[in-house]
Amino acid sequence: MTLRTRTFAPARARFLPLNGAAFSRRLHWIYLAFGLAFLAFVGVMALLEQMGLSRRWIGFLFLVGPIVFYAGIGILARTTDPAEYYVAGRRVPALYNGMATGADWMSAASFIGMAGTLYLSGYGGLAYILGWTGGFVLVALLIAPYLRKFGQYTIPDFLAARYDGNLTRVIGVVAAIACSFLYVVAQIYGVGLITSRITGVAFEVGVFLGLGGILVCSFLGGMRAVTWTQVAQYIVLLVAFLVPVAWLSLKQHATALPQATYGYQLQKVIAAEKTLQADPAEQQVIAIFKARAAELDARLADIPAALAVERRLAARHVADLKADNAPQGDIQAAERVLARVPRDADAARDEWTRARDADLERARPLAGMPPHAQQFAGDPHGDAAARKTFDESRRNFLALVFCLMVGTASLPHVLTRFYTTPSVAEARVSVAWSLFFILLLYVTAPALAVLIKVEVFQSLVGTRFDQLPAWINNWAHVDSSLLQVADVNGDGILQLGEMKIGGDIVVLATPEIAGLPYVISGLVAAGGLAAALSTADGLLLTISNALSHDLWFRIVDPDASATKRVTVSKVLLLMVALAAAYVTAQKPGDILLLVSAAFSIAASAFFPALVLGVFWQRANRWGAAAGMVSGLGLTLYYVLVNQPGVRETFGVTSPIQLWWGIQPIAAGLFGVPVGALVLIVVSLLTPAPSRATLEMVERIRLP
Amino acid sequence: MSELASAPDPTRDARARYWRRTQRLTAALLLVWFVVGFVITWFARDLDFAFFGWPFSFWVAAQGGVIVFVALLAVYARRMARNDRRLAHEGGMGDDGAAGAPRR
Repeated sequence: MTLRTRTFAPARARFLPLNGAAFSRRLHWIYLAFGLAFLAFVGVMALLEQMGLSRRWIGFLFLVGPIVFYAGIGILARTTDPAEYYVAGRRVPALYNGMATGADWMSAASFIGMAGTLYLSGYGGLAYILGWTGGFVLVALLIAPYLRKFGQYTIPDFLAARYDGNLTRVIGVVAAIACSFLYVVAQIYGVGLITSRITGVAFEVGVFLGLGGILVCSFLGGMRAVTWTQVAQYIVLLVAFLVPVAWLSLKQHATALPQATYGYQLQKVIAAEKTLQADPAEQQVIAIFKARAAELDARLADIPAALAVERRLAARHVADLKADNAPQGDIQAAERVLARVPRDADAARDEWTRARDADLERARPLAGMPPHAQQFAGDPHGDAAARKTFDESRRNFLALVFCLMVGTASLPHVLTRFYTTPSVAEARVSVAWSLFFILLLYVTAPALAVLIKVEVFQSLVGTRFDQLPAWINNWAHVDSSLLQVADVNGDGILQLGEMKIGGDIVVLATPEIAGLPYVISGLVAAGGLAAALSTADGLLLTISNALSHDLWFRIVDPDASATKRVTVSKVLLLMVALAAAYVTAQKPGDILLLVSAAFSIAASAFFPALVLGVFWQRANRWGAAAGMVSGLGLTLYYVLVNQPGVRETFGVTSPIQLWWGIQPIAAGLFGVPVGALVLIVVSLLTPAPSRATLEMVERIRLP
Repeated sequence: MSELASAPDPTRDARARYWRRTQRLTAALLLVWFVVGFVITWFARDLDFAFFGWPFSFWVAAQGGVIVFVALLAVYARRMARNDRRLAHEGGMGDDGAAGAPRR
């Protein structure tokens, strides 16, 4: 392993000393100082708000302040040394690698999306908590220590060394790029959303602003800069998540530690759910939505006739207004209605079907949310239909947990982090720290979901429309997909069924719901940005390294000098980042749907080859290649055939065929075992691996 | 690998024992992981008794499971550190550089 010889001592010495203990002590001081400086920054902003600084400026400073700081770290940690650029010099202590992994792992989805998912789906959302944390058990027990002992730079490196040659390396590169690119687009999307919402710039501008923040770190200093930035980003995102939740809890039931006590708040939610379901006003709202759906059904039964009627009515309305000399604004509004009448029967069918489905969605009890604490849908003791619903719901929950766990243990950008610790023992400790730091946020998100539900069920529902708190109008104004309220039954009072909520609002609006000053909203935005930026950094590095290190250096030009390799890496990083930003700026809704499948893709491509590579010496290159391709292929096929958004993109028209009712998001449930089985069978049918490979496996099993 | 183990070799034996202990520990911890992650979840509807306000299975999925997982990793890191020391003590580190001496 000649690559481990280190060069360029000056590049190392500039930033940090070599002695491990002294290095750790110095890091403690640096990050303690950073934490205090960040709190001071928040304090100064609070003061400025008191003195009358406008919200726009506060939001702007909260986005720019931290990014300038991250950029500072990036510049201090700039490097051209490969060991520094790819694996941060393998000097990252377990504790700090844990924090960096936490930030690397927790994306915009964890920070903003998860509490919202838990709010909307109750127990069903807990599959994410259980799956995303349980995956780290697999990382620690089956993968991280062995990768660290192997001690190279990327996941395809391991696949190539273990499976004799570049066949598995190339497959690994393709799979790593596929899942990482989908993932990074989602992160940049999150960056653009937060930036544009807080500062008011256009979404596309926000995307490229955020991209600057991402690039300044990973471009200058590679893994080294990304590592030390991610530690800082972890601190920011943790503070930004915990502070508003603690404050809300203090206000609601007088404890700043809701994680320990929200069980009792959950009881209140359960009681409120029963009351709401029996409430006549709620039932009235549901009846109205059902009637609307029935009306649309009637139209769908004879589309041409209904379309003609609608067009005639709209045209007559315009004509009447004109005849009455109505105000110009009213006429224009009526003309817009006329222009929005579907063009032809096909367009009408699409639009009305969508509208009917939306009405049916809202005609369900509790605004479509399942009872918060109810495990799985359906009823195991009910009639046949209820039993089937229960079985499928439980099966899908467990399948999702499985895919998220195995996927977590296969995502290249997370696994690479464990190359950066000083030793195998520290790699093991570091996974434990990672999960601990992730736990701090992951046990808080379900608590937040319950607290917000208490707030909505107890304080909000039943309020008169003219007395709704200000945040409702603010957010309904920002984006109607986040929040919609309308007095459907006209009684002047808000019912739960009259409110349509998008998941993301739960975290974003918590400060306002808790009645906190705007500075805390800025803090939450900074936290969401830190979560998205840190993950995007890790992903971009993974993609560009797969291209530059695994394809260019290992296959095309093995004689390249160290500096040249790093330079090529940086150029590719820039290109990948621009490509990702370009794709994001198109707002590709379909690609975002695919992100949920990224876990299944990573799991079925990497997990069997990585784990059997360590634990089963007989696994050989043909088995691994066949296993990776078949697992990946099966997963992609299942997603392609069954995921509605993907079907539309690729024009798939065959009927949806779910196997055992498993949803496409859990496609890895089939891909992983099939991949493993193919790997075993093909390995046994082909010659055993070489003596050198057997010795390599024995070597990586030792500490 | 019978042909590799033909001659008596204390280093090799110590390494084989180290790997067996590693495998046993890994299997035991994976069993706990499986029970917490999947078995309890499978019976979630039945494990509905009140637990400090939460229904028990809700609590397990929302935080009990996560806490157990962190504990598993802490146990693994400690036990494997002990296993590493035992390997060194039994002379399994060898001088072929296969087992890197734990730094620091």
